[in-house]
Amino acid sequence: MVNRIVTGAHYGLRDWLAQRVTAVIMALYTVIMIVVFARRAPLTFESWKALLAQGWMRVATLLFAVSLAWHAWVGMRDILMDYVKATGLRLFMEICVLVLIAAYVAWTIQILWR
Amino acid sequence: MSSAVNKKARPKYLSLPALLFEIRLPLPGWISILHRISGLLLFFPLAAWLLYLLDASLASEQGFERVRSHYLQLPVVKLALLVFVWAYAHHFCAGIRFLFLDIDKGLDLKTARLTSALVLVVSLAVTAAAAVKIW
Repeated sequence: MVNRIVTGAHYGLRDWLAQRVTAVIMALYTVIMIVVFARRAPLTFESWKALLAQGWMRVATLLFAVSLAWHAWVGMRDILMDYVKATGLRLFMEICVLVLIAAYVAWTIQILWR
Repeated sequence: MSSAVNKKARPKYLSLPALLFEIRLPLPGWISILHRISGLLLFFPLAAWLLYLLDASLASEQGFERVRSHYLQLPVVKLALLVFVWAYAHHFCAGIRFLFLDIDKGLDLKTARLTSALVLVVSLAVTAAAAVKIW
C-alpha cells in the first residue's frame, strides 16, 4: 500500500497511457515504412516525391509526427523533472522543449504539403 | 543547524571512483538508461537533422542529388546516420520490452536479463548491418 501525499488528481495516468499509445502508433509506422522501403527499387527524386505525395502516406506521416510530439513531450518532461531541480530553470527548459516540438510539427506539415 | 544534528546522518557512498568502478548497474538498468539517452538524442538533435534531410531531398531534383551523392557520402554524416540507426533501434526494442513489462510479461529475473541482452544485441546488430550497407 502506497501512502500518497495528496497533490491533485490523475497521478499521471493519462501521460503514462499516452506514452504507450503513441509508442505503438510509431512502432507500427516504423514497421510499415521498413516494408515499403524494402519492396522499392533504389530511390530516384521522382519516386521519392511520388511516395510522399500519396494521401495515405501524408496522413500516416502526420499521425507519426503528432504521436512523436506527444511522446517526446512526456519523455523530455520526465527527464527534466528527474535532473533539473531548480524550478525556474526547469520551467524555462520545458518551454524550450515545447517550442521545439511545435516547430518540428510545423516543419513536418510544411514538408508534407509543399 | 539543530535539525542537521538531530537527523540521523545517512550513509553515502557515491564518490566518483565508486560510481565508476564499484557500483555496477545490472543489465536491465543499462537498457533503461540507454533508452533514456537514445530518446533524448532522437528528440534533439537527430529529429531536427532528419527533418532537414527530408526537406532538402524533397525540395528539388538538385537538392535530392546533393543529399544523395554528396552529403550522405561524407564519413562524418555516415557516422551520424549510424548514431541515428542505433538510437532508433535501441529505443524501439527497449520500448517494446517495456510494453511487455507493463502487461507483466518477462518480470522474473532470468527472463528480464535475457530480454535485456536481446535488446542490446539486436540493436547493435541492426547498427552493424546498416554500417555494412552504407560503407
